[in-house]
Amino acid sequence: MIIVEGLRKSFGAVEVLRGIDLAVAEREVVCVIGPSGSGKSTLLRCINRLEEPTAGRVVVGGVDVTAPKVDIDKVRTSMGMVFQSFNLFPHKDALGNVTLALETVLRMDRAAAEARGREKLAAVGLEGKERSYPNQLSGGQQQRVAIARALVMKPKVMLFDEVTSALDPELVGEVLGVMRDLADKGMTMVVVTHEMGFAREVADRVVFMDDGVIVEQGPPADVLGSPTHERTQSFLSKVL
Amino acid sequence: MDGLLEEFFDLDIIADMFPGLVTEAMKNTLVFTFFSFVGGIVLGMVLALMRLSRSRALRWPAAVYIDVLRGLPALLTIVFIGFGLPIATGIRFPFPTYTPGCLALSLVYGAYMAETLRAGIEAVPPGQMEAARSLGMPHRTAMRRVIVPQAFRIVIPPLTNELLALFKDTSLLAVLGTLAGGKEILKFSRDLVNVRANTSPLVAGGLAYLVITLPMLRLVGRLEARSRPAR
Ligand SMILES: Nc1ncnc2c1ncn2[C@@H]1O[C@H](COP(=O)(O)OP(=O)(O)OP(=O)(O)O)[C@@H](O)[C@H]1O
Ligand SMILES: [Mg+2]
Repeated sequence: MIIVEGLRKSFGAVEVLRGIDLAVAEREVVCVIGPSGSGKSTLLRCINRLEEPTAGRVVVGGVDVTAPKVDIDKVRTSMGMVFQSFNLFPHKDALGNVTLALETVLRMDRAAAEARGREKLAAVGLEGKERSYPNQLSGGQQQRVAIARALVMKPKVMLFDEVTSALDPELVGEVLGVMRDLADKGMTMVVVTHEMGFAREVADRVVFMDDGVIVEQGPPADVLGSPTHERTQSFLSKVL
Repeated sequence: MDGLLEEFFDLDIIADMFPGLVTEAMKNTLVFTFFSFVGGIVLGMVLALMRLSRSRALRWPAAVYIDVLRGLPALLTIVFIGFGLPIATGIRFPFPTYTPGCLALSLVYGAYMAETLRAGIEAVPPGQMEAARSLGMPHRTAMRRVIVPQAFRIVIPPLTNELLALFKDTSLLAVLGTLAGGKEILKFSRDLVNVRANTSPLVAGGLAYLVITLPMLRLVGRLEARSRPAR
């Protein structure tokens, strides 16, 4: 579903991704872990080309995202992304957030968009919050709106970038719960996270990144339980 | 003391100014303000988007325009449009005073508002554009539906300030001379100062400005106070 080949990304003189190869199968859940600054966000952002890769290829659902002539807007409708800082549209209520792209990108009429939007909001447990504005919602609720906003486009792939890191601890669970449901339903997911418990229970595979490269990857039990690399071991000893 | 009072507050002279002070002078000041503000904001939006464009060919003409118009005295621009242009090109404006006046003020205020609007657009967190783009919205759509509406909220206080400045600067149009019935507050009052050989009309004209500007000043203060805790 996602193929990343020889991906490199530099910001000026600093090379942040130094040759990443990664393949994510359909229905697979891959959790990406690693220390701050290791390039996890940059990897996700290169996958939907919010960052322009310096070298290498990214193919999503058979479409070469990095091809010069690709219709990137079209590709992005098949990829949902959820951000650490929610990035909800503050001038729209929850339903407005969820329906904006349906109306402007998929050209659905208002009624159909709202019907689909309500359904998705309900699916993430936000029935009755349709008319609440982001600043009237808790962090956990806001992040669930953001997930619904991405899901409503019916993406083939979901990208999550530390979506619980900005949340109060008691709100983390409700968001992880939604993500777990999504994984159970067979969504293909790439999840950058510091939640080792989630990675252990939900991930099909855990990828450990450090300093712009993938150091180690495999089933969660192996990577988290008995890591072979010294860098993985020292990272895990710090976070666990 | 009585002499002073008579010179500045001759109630008979002031009473004679009505209803013209309201039906002509204030009306015209508001008409000039309205059209110049609308023209300015449209031009300002275009210039702001040009300045933020990825294309150099759009960016630098906008930057030059904005700097030049902000660097010139507004009065010079008004005289240039109102007198210089017709003489140089033979253009005759329909609705004299109104058209060149509003055009000149739109050109000047468009430059100021462009800077305000650009600052507003830049103040919208970058995550907003990223979220919109990640949903497949083209850049233009994201600008129109996500960024600009938020930018407008941010710039309401400074834009109200500019509206206030514009309202007062319509007095500069007094230099353009007028058709009958076309005087704004300053011109209307000043002409009466000459006719009556008394300063009271100017005082009344000043009060006419304050009737509008003082509430607006209060409004700006409130808007600024309201937008502060949010940012
Ligand atoms: N737009 C940018 N310009 C310059 N440098 C950048 C930019 N974005 C990221 N970087 C740098 O790239 C490196 C990797 O950043 P990235 O955000 O991908 O790390 P991360 O693994 O997601 O870290 P964290 O866990 O803190 O989110 C960092 O050193 C960061 O400073
Ligand atoms: Mg990150």
